[in-house]
Amino acid sequence: MTDDPDESVIDVTGLTKRFGNKTVVDHATLKVKRGEIVGFLGPNGSGKTTTIRMICGLLTPDEGSGTVLGFDVLTESLEIKNEVGYMTQKFSFYEDLSIAENLTFVARLYRLSPVSRYVDETLERLGLSSRRNQLAGTLSGGWKQRLALAACIMHQPKLLLLDEPTAGVDPKARREFWDEIHELAGEGLTVLVSTHYMDEAERCHRINYISYGKMIAEGTVTDVVRDSGLVTYLVHGPRLERVATELAGLPGVEQVAPFGNSLHVVGSDPKLLKRALAPLAKRPELSVEPGETSLEDVFIKFMADSTDNMAENGANNEIDA
Amino acid sequence: MFDFARFSPTRLGAMLAKEFIQMRRDRLTFGMILGIPLVQLVLFGYAINNDPKHLPAVLVSTSADPYSRAIVSALEMTNYYRFDHVASSAAEAEQLLASGDVAFAVTIPSDFGTRVERGDNPTILIEADATDPAAASGAISTLGTVASEALKRERGTDSLRAANQPGALNVVVHRRYNPEGISQYNVVPGLLGVILQLTMVMMTSMALTREAERGTMENLLAMPASPMEIMLGKVLPYLAIGAVQVVVVLGAAKTLFGVPFLGSFSLLLTGILIFVFALVLLGYFISTLARTQMQAMQLTFFFFLPSIMLSGFMFPFRGMPGWARAIGEFLPLTHFNRVIRAIMLKGADYAAISFEMWILIAFVTAYAGLALLRFRTTLD
Ligand SMILES: Nc1ncnc2c1ncn2[C@@H]1O[C@H](COP(=O)(O)OP(=O)(O)OP(=O)(O)O)[C@@H](O)[C@H]1O
Ligand SMILES: [Mg+2]
Repeated sequence: MTDDPDESVIDVTGLTKRFGNKTVVDHATLKVKRGEIVGFLGPNGSGKTTTIRMICGLLTPDEGSGTVLGFDVLTESLEIKNEVGYMTQKFSFYEDLSIAENLTFVARLYRLSPVSRYVDETLERLGLSSRRNQLAGTLSGGWKQRLALAACIMHQPKLLLLDEPTAGVDPKARREFWDEIHELAGEGLTVLVSTHYMDEAERCHRINYISYGKMIAEGTVTDVVRDSGLVTYLVHGPRLERVATELAGLPGVEQVAPFGNSLHVVGSDPKLLKRALAPLAKRPELSVEPGETSLEDVFIKFMADSTDNMAENGANNEIDA
Repeated sequence: MFDFARFSPTRLGAMLAKEFIQMRRDRLTFGMILGIPLVQLVLFGYAINNDPKHLPAVLVSTSADPYSRAIVSALEMTNYYRFDHVASSAAEAEQLLASGDVAFAVTIPSDFGTRVERGDNPTILIEADATDPAAASGAISTLGTVASEALKRERGTDSLRAANQPGALNVVVHRRYNPEGISQYNVVPGLLGVILQLTMVMMTSMALTREAERGTMENLLAMPASPMEIMLGKVLPYLAIGAVQVVVVLGAAKTLFGVPFLGSFSLLLTGILIFVFALVLLGYFISTLARTQMQAMQLTFFFFLPSIMLSGFMFPFRGMPGWARAIGEFLPLTHFNRVIRAIMLKGADYAAISFEMWILIAFVTAYAGLALLRFRTTLD
């Protein structure tokens, strides 16, 4: 591959996956450029894991085409596997192997040499040198995640596919993880990372939002918030829970959510929303002022919008096993 | 996409090391590997009696006198013997007996007719393949009376007088390979095959389903190991386990049951190795079919039951109806039984068993091919 910064590392169009008669990913299109960190968001069961698996050749798409690192997703999955680091959502290293044994296994499969140097360096970086002989199955949840991440970047892949890498990881480790991801991206590594955390989405260069198999939003966080067309007002004052009940159900009010001492009132029609809030603004004990729409507000709206289409499809989206 | 046979010794080494470590940590399975052979050896160390009919026999006869013919047809009337070979020399008969093509060799000397007429003691020689004593016993026990009756009828003398005549028929029986008719001689070598069949297939049938159920398959498939490397990495460690079992069973065969070792030991080991390789690949093939460990277990037994029933281990192969023998021919255990009995009990050389060996090699190739065809490098 050349070092052209504009080249696409992931460039897939129309990816579709069906399980039985259920379309889990529906003509998804995704483009990721070299060195980018792209967040992949969406509700549970929306098809994030399935999309990632198709990109790294673990699932065969029913429709669609494209390239990953310049290799054809449909026919060159072996070449793709050699240069991709994939971290699964569920810990999938060997619980009956020690930490060092797991890393050794991975290092040998990628034919890294000398194996012991790679393993030792990785252990060192993880701070697990002293626990190298501990069985991986006995690690705490967060440490398992950190081991899995370390294992999948050991062979210096060109593309990292991370499926909820920080679920259950403490804030400090999360911060370190993101620092490291940015550092690696600076060196040219490309990252596609799925997450449910808003703060993580905000640390990505771009985000893609998938809802029940369909990509419905794409861009920087600012773009996505702006494109949503949502307007937010903050209500301050006492007895906000009562105010919340009053507001709920009024035309134009789509979301009412308490945040500490204030109430976030969100709607997509500014006129209707203003009309709904007008009576409150007149009360002396309350103050109403325009606020900033957060990414979370946008996602809640996306999810609310998609409930309808869920109902249409009947039992289409049961809880993910 | 189709470079399933892509191969790197480093990656195979990675797979092997991992499998060995996991095997060592799985104490229960490890105990089973050593326990099952011992328990089964003791449990099955008994003979299973049977009375098969229509056993193939070779007639060695140079004279065509009416007495010989009467005896041959009387033997055939018992339904125990079926003379489908005629040999002109003892060496030829010996060859047929050693290769297992016939169960009996009946030799009627050329002077038989003249001796009967002269009133001398005529002699016939019956050599029986007694490696499977149950199979031969019925045939041997009826033989003496049937032959003498036939002779008497042919001479037209009444039975009372004939019995007292000096020219009474003299039947010489040679139980070949296992003169005392000890059942364990037959059962114990067969048991080696059965034990290997059960444990090797069962353990390897879990090879992939275990990874799938633990969720480690996703990771393994995301890394660049080829189907060939995964297959070899999964089955080769069990060859080593098989070797341990072979030592246990052969050791017990010698010390507990005193089973003789006549043939070449290296030939025996070669046969066992090929058989175990076929078994682990069969198990691996099963694991590419099964989705859960439970299904793998069920499929293992689906293969195991016909293997003990129809391979000649439990019932003499020749005593089975044609359809059962046809199924038996498609079981590796059947061919292994022939190889190991021929080598251990008859001292057969490579030439005598080469055909069966090649059939075992064909099983190895077939199972490996099927497994590679079935193996999916994706999760769908
Ligand atoms: N092998 C499979 N067979 C049948 N259905 C499947 C299979 N794998 C996933 N699904 C279904 O596909 C849908 C999408 O699943 P997927 O795991 O891609 O969601 P996700 O976005 O990763 O969810 P989460 O955020 O909970 O991890 C779910 O409804 C799930 O039940
Ligand atoms: Mg997921």
